[in-house]
Amino acid sequence: MKPKKEIKKVVFQSAEEMPTMPMSIGNMLWNKTGSWRNIRPEIRLEDCIQCGICWKFCPDMSIEIEAEWPVVNYDYCKGCGICAEECPAKCILMVEERK
Amino acid sequence: MKKEKKMTLTLPVEELVGSGNLACQGCGANLAMRYVLKALGLRTVLCIPACCWAVIDGAFPHSCMSVPIYHCAFETAASTATGVKAGLEMVGDRETTVVAWAGDGGTFDIGLQALSGAAERNDDILYVCYDNEAYMNTGIQRSSATPTGAWTTTTPVKFPKDRPKKDIDAIMAAHYIPYLATASTSYPEDVVKKTKKAKSIKGTRFLHIYAPCPTGWKSRPEDAVKLGRMVVQNCIFPLYEVEHGEKYTLTMKIKDKKPIDDYLKLQGRFRHLKPEQIKLMQEEVDHNWARLLKKCEAT
Repeated sequence: MKPKKEIKKVVFQSAEEMPTMPMSIGNMLWNKTGSWRNIRPEIRLEDCIQCGICWKFCPDMSIEIEAEWPVVNYDYCKGCGICAEECPAKCILMVEERK
Repeated sequence: MKKEKKMTLTLPVEELVGSGNLACQGCGANLAMRYVLKALGLRTVLCIPACCWAVIDGAFPHSCMSVPIYHCAFETAASTATGVKAGLEMVGDRETTVVAWAGDGGTFDIGLQALSGAAERNDDILYVCYDNEAYMNTGIQRSSATPTGAWTTTTPVKFPKDRPKKDIDAIMAAHYIPYLATASTSYPEDVVKKTKKAKSIKGTRFLHIYAPCPTGWKSRPEDAVKLGRMVVQNCIFPLYEVEHGEKYTLTMKIKDKKPIDDYLKLQGRFRHLKPEQIKLMQEEVDHNWARLLKKCEAT
């Protein structure tokens, strides 16, 4: 497994803390895009044929392969529904998000 | 859990685009970047002019990418990439691929002069145009990549666009650049294959990637991949490559060409079209397809 990156938002308190040239210091993982979602994908692993198509077509890199099975990372899934539409075994269901 | 089957992944596993980016739901541009970076690897520098990707990657000092990005002015994607490449060569780095990554506005309209100059000098850069057929980042204005009849905010239904889409691939082929290819985000293996081929060639390489945009096309986000597949199957956007401006090769042979109606029906931007207009569009598509087949046969 790849090492997980640190989730931290960089905030500058003063002008001295700023770098002298525009450069990226942190990543965007603090931005939990999962809150944009109205419907959430749920994978029924008993019907999964392990084709990897959901992983391949996820625009948000939020379907991860863990021990040969797809797992949805709900922190970043924006709920576009491409995985459910493209799944050849139709084992991904989009269900309404509840608060 | 049942059977223990080995999962075979057809793409490189390494992810160089991170989660938490600011792309819309079902963004095709995001997919395009993901596949291209999977093929190019870590030794890559991106030069990005104003386009959707200037926003997607995140605000200073954050970036969702694992490779360096140079944000440049709108018209200078190709010339900035040329400069970055020259600078890297001066410090002895000949390995790194320098990519100019522009949208269709930055390629077809505003960046065309810089791109033409770089192609004429045959500078060693990879120019990738992800084509979502309008200025999506600024609010869906018409660009010269917008197809005939499509709705945008500057070509409303009463005054639709009456000119065809600019054939940028023919323009680039006329520069006799070593490699040029079209690709669609719905065929990721094809994108990766073409990018790897482009990486191995020296000189100006041009990749034209079709990237569906659910927001601007008024389509459902889950149809993004389906639209990218349909557009290839009905020959509106055929997949081919051109070497040295002469050798045309079809990389996706279409056996039964589908009518364009289904593709148009899925998108809100074509909702106002009347059957006779669709017929005219179909004729235009057939004409372009026949012309491309002739070019492929001639070589």
